[in-house]
Amino acid sequence: MQNNVYIYIAVMAVVTYLIRVLPLTLIQKEIKNKTVRSFLYYVPYVTLAVMTFPAILEATDNVYAAWGGFLVAVVLAWMKKSLFQVSIAACMVVFVLEIML
Amino acid sequence: MQTANKINYIGGLKSGVPIAMGYFAVSFTLGIAARKVGMTAFQATLMSFTNSTSAGEFAALSTIAAGASYLEMAVMQFVINLRYMLMSCALSQKIDHSFSVIHRFLMGFGVTDEIFGVSISVNGKLNPYYTYGAMSLAIPAWSLGTMFGVLMGSVLPSNVVSALSIALYGMFLAIIIPPARDNLILTILVPVSMAISYAFSKLPYLKDISAGTKVIILTVLIAGAAAVLFPIKEDDTDAE
Repeated sequence: MQNNVYIYIAVMAVVTYLIRVLPLTLIQKEIKNKTVRSFLYYVPYVTLAVMTFPAILEATDNVYAAWGGFLVAVVLAWMKKSLFQVSIAACMVVFVLEIML
Repeated sequence: MQTANKINYIGGLKSGVPIAMGYFAVSFTLGIAARKVGMTAFQATLMSFTNSTSAGEFAALSTIAAGASYLEMAVMQFVINLRYMLMSCALSQKIDHSFSVIHRFLMGFGVTDEIFGVSISVNGKLNPYYTYGAMSLAIPAWSLGTMFGVLMGSVLPSNVVSALSIALYGMFLAIIIPPARDNLILTILVPVSMAISYAFSKLPYLKDISAGTKVIILTVLIAGAAAVLFPIKEDDTDAE
C-alpha cells in the first residue's frame, strides 16, 4: 500500500454517494413519458432477478445446498411469506444441507 | 403526519432485520479480506460505513492492495456501482412528494441493492422514514460486521458464515416473487431475467464481464424491451 488508505476511502465514498444521490435530487418531477415510466417500473424486478441468479448458487460453500436454499426461498416467496421468513428459511436449509452433504 | 412517519420507520426497521443479518455475514467476510490486504479495523469499518456497497468494497480491496491510482479507484467504483443510478432513478419516482429535498440527500446515503429493494416494494408512495428504518439497522450491521471480520475473522464457524451468506438472496426473492405471482408479465419477466443472467455467466466473452456491468447491461436491455413491448397501464404504478 503506497498510497493513503483514507484518501482511497474518501474517493470511493464520494463517487458512490454521487451516483446514488444525483438521480434522487435531480429528478424530482414525475416523469410523464409512458415508456420511461414502464422502464423504471420493470427495473427493480429485472435488476434483483439478474443479481440473484446464478450468483445465489455461488454464495454458499456447497452448490447443492445453495440450490436447496434457492428453491425453498422461491416456494415460500410464492406463498407470500415475509422477507424475514424467506431469508431465515433459506439460511436454515443451507445450514442443514451442508451438514448432511 | 408524525404518526405516519413513526409507523413507516418501524416498518422499515422490520424489513431491516433480514437485511442486517445478511449484511453482517457478507461484511464479516469483507472484513477478513480487508485484514489480508493490511487494513486496520478502523479503516475497514470506516470504508464500510461510508460506502455500504459489497461489490464496490471487495473490488476496492484489490485496488488498494495493488497501490493503484486514485483515479483508477474512482473509475472502478463508478463502473461497479453504476447500477445504483438506475435504482435511484426508479426511487426518485416513488418518493412521496410532500417531503423536502433534504430527505433525498439523506436517502441517497442508503441506496443499496437491498434497501432499494424493500423501499421500492412498499405500497403506494414511499415515505422516507421507511428507508431510514431499514438504513438504521442495515448500515450499522454492515459496518460492525466488517469490524468483527477484521478483528476475529476465524472465530465464527465457516458453515455459519456460509448459511448466512444466502440471506440476502432469499430476501431478493421475497421481494420480486410475490408481485410476479399477481402480474402475468412479471411472472414471465423474472425467470426470463434469471435465465439470461445465467446464460451471460456461461457464454464465452460474456462471462468475463464484471458482475456490476452485467447488472447494468441486462437491466437496460431486459427492462427496456419489456417497457417497449408491455407498457404499463397508468394506474399500475400507483397501485404497485
